[in-house]
Amino acid sequence: MSDHDHKLGFFERWFMSTNHKDIGTLYIIFSICAGLIGGFFSMVMRLELEHPGVQYFLTSAGEPDGDLWNVIITAHGLIMIFFVVMPGLIGGFGNWFVPLMIGAPDMAFPRLNNISFWLLVPAFFLLLGSAVVGGGAGTGWTLYPPLSSKLGHPDMGVDMVIFAMHLAGASSVLGAANFITTIFNMRAPGMTLHKMPLFVWAMLVTSFLLLLAVPVLGGAITMLLTDRNFGTSFFNPEGGGDPILFQHLFWFFGHPEVYIMILPAFGIVSHIVSTFSKRPIFGYLGMAYAMVAIGVVGFVVWAHHMYTVGMSVDTRAYFTAATLIIAVPTGIKIFSWIATMWGGSITFKTPMLWAIGFIFLFTLGGVTGVVLANAGMDVQLHDTYYVVAHFHYVLSLGAVFALFAGFYYWIGKMSGKMYPEWMGVIHFWMTFIGVNLIFFPQHFLGLQGMPRRYVDYPDAFAGWNMVSSYGAYLTGLATIWFIFVVFYTLRYGKKASDNYWNVEPQCYTLEWSVSSPPPFHQFDIQPKVK
Amino acid sequence: MNIKFWSILSVIVGAALFVSYPVMAEAIDWGIGLQPSATSSENRIHNFHNMLMVIITGIVLFVMALLIFVVLRYNKKANPKPSNVTHHFLLEVIWTVIPVVILIIIAVPSFKILYKNDRIVEPELTLKVTGYQWYWGYEYPDQDGIAFSSYMVPTPDLKDGQKRLLSTDNVVVLPVDTDISVLVTGNDVIHSWAVPAFGVKIDAVPGQINETWFRILKPGIYYGQCSEICGKNHAFMPIEVHAVSKEEFKAWIEKAKEEFASNALEGGYQTDDRPIKLTALAYK
Repeated sequence: MSDHDHKLGFFERWFMSTNHKDIGTLYIIFSICAGLIGGFFSMVMRLELEHPGVQYFLTSAGEPDGDLWNVIITAHGLIMIFFVVMPGLIGGFGNWFVPLMIGAPDMAFPRLNNISFWLLVPAFFLLLGSAVVGGGAGTGWTLYPPLSSKLGHPDMGVDMVIFAMHLAGASSVLGAANFITTIFNMRAPGMTLHKMPLFVWAMLVTSFLLLLAVPVLGGAITMLLTDRNFGTSFFNPEGGGDPILFQHLFWFFGHPEVYIMILPAFGIVSHIVSTFSKRPIFGYLGMAYAMVAIGVVGFVVWAHHMYTVGMSVDTRAYFTAATLIIAVPTGIKIFSWIATMWGGSITFKTPMLWAIGFIFLFTLGGVTGVVLANAGMDVQLHDTYYVVAHFHYVLSLGAVFALFAGFYYWIGKMSGKMYPEWMGVIHFWMTFIGVNLIFFPQHFLGLQGMPRRYVDYPDAFAGWNMVSSYGAYLTGLATIWFIFVVFYTLRYGKKASDNYWNVEPQCYTLEWSVSSPPPFHQFDIQPKVK
Repeated sequence: MNIKFWSILSVIVGAALFVSYPVMAEAIDWGIGLQPSATSSENRIHNFHNMLMVIITGIVLFVMALLIFVVLRYNKKANPKPSNVTHHFLLEVIWTVIPVVILIIIAVPSFKILYKNDRIVEPELTLKVTGYQWYWGYEYPDQDGIAFSSYMVPTPDLKDGQKRLLSTDNVVVLPVDTDISVLVTGNDVIHSWAVPAFGVKIDAVPGQINETWFRILKPGIYYGQCSEICGKNHAFMPIEVHAVSKEEFKAWIEKAKEEFASNALEGGYQTDDRPIKLTALAYK
């Protein structure tokens, strides 16, 4: 084993890494750093919105700086999606635990894995840099032309965002190809697809979604790029183009994208619920195929983001029906998690708290999704804070809860150090109360008609905005606390045993069979699955 | 039958939750529900939303109850020995079929309001709306082409009764009890013309004319705001509609013909190049 254990220099180990665990660690560090930046932007936004009137977003002349505001909301959205949730769940936990769970020594293409990560870093800097080029890109993360065309944004900020998305997209597609190959070809003997852990199933479905959806975004933004710079008119009505075409292409990517963010979360929550209930997951096959169903149906519902653009009524009726259908597999998942806990012997460690929080809050975000699915109803709520509340319930309180759940569940495995339980519990409750204070009142604001992406709002909306901002400050404190927990754990955490959660045989996955942290290369002897 | 049933049920639930609907059709301090309805379309949306609220509240409470029960009954102390049941065919069928049934219950009225709110056969009045960065242009093509632009009133210029960020210099005047067709387009980027109390939100897309309609039931002042991000002053291009009786509307038309005579050129409305007084927007 000597060639496996040779010491790598710092640069060689972290910058030229081909090891799935090291790359996973890089992704997680990247995700946390980007999360702090994206989270900082949301604090700034909530600070501005705490009171009616414009207090902070002012130009030097004392005018409301709507451009800066738009740049911040755009950056917040893009950062959280492409540089926090995706790298954290897919790049981070996916890289770390897919090979471990299927009994593989590493990913199928280790060097491809390296480039996947290192494309993300310049992408992030391009995105951040765009903010200082000609006033930045204030288009919203959806980049709709003509606002994102030369007409709305004559400077090069939007071009830089497009290149950032190109790089992030390439990173995702390469990563997806890597996962698909790894999962199909490198499973331990005996691990049939129907014995595969649910997190691996989730990553498999997610990878297919990435592979099919991201290139469509790439095409759309490339067309936008040539519209902007080379005189084409794909989306320019004066040249016979159609701005709505961009929206169709964007959401053909954008809707699967939300499942790309939530499916890995489903996988993580399944493992945690099973482990801490000491019960095998209830309805395993139903759970796996519910994810497949969500993935498939997720591709044919995109235009429910576009109910107000002027589509024919029959088209809207179709997208209403298709969207409502997604509630069925989602319901199967919720009920199966509860059924897994039913009859269990549950301990409430921090990861389990996050997982239960996830189930409840995802349900809440899911039912408002059912409301929004109806084209007739959506006319009222489209582009209001109701939508903001909805998607933050499923993503900020869904995907991000799963990120924290996975972090506390696996930090012992990844670092070999245990976090102090009470610290994690405090983090959970602060965050749980904080995010609910932020987003629950936003339902009220939306029903009352407050439009989203507004730097200032009519005075009647002041009350709930204030509550929402207080919630944001509490969540901000919780996040600072989390950073403290991370450093404390890495520095002073107690040593973690191989199977520190005492995962029972009926819930066992292979990552618990290796040491904490695992050796640089695991499974020198290939494990067999009965 | 079932709309009425749901309405009654929702009133009961609403009362239980201390929901009180205000009389005025606008957003109110600490308001938690939809703005009061002013059109037939919005009435349908209200009824549908009331029904949805009952259903989704029920689902959330049900899931919460299950979670609380599981946490209390199946924690380690209460249940030291976990069961090993992993399948229950009937149960899995039930939790697939019941959601399907609920979705069908939702889908039927959903399609009904979608189609009913979509289009009228014979509009009695047409209003053309054009979105600009950052104001609205209005035309009354069948009223001798009355045309004007509508800017937000800057905060320092607000008169008594005008609302910050909502009142406009020229207001849209429309008659009640009239089927009004609205044609919407955009001149530069995409905007969205939205009036919550009317149940109307329709994108103003350059190169495309969208149509919607409504029938205002009660005279009053109604506000809306641009609902598609359109650049720097997205938050500062509101919509103010005064709904008046048909007689008052006729009188207003005569007055408006004179007032906006210079706008009613051949080819209709001309782009308004007045600069927006940005400094005046700042809130004190």
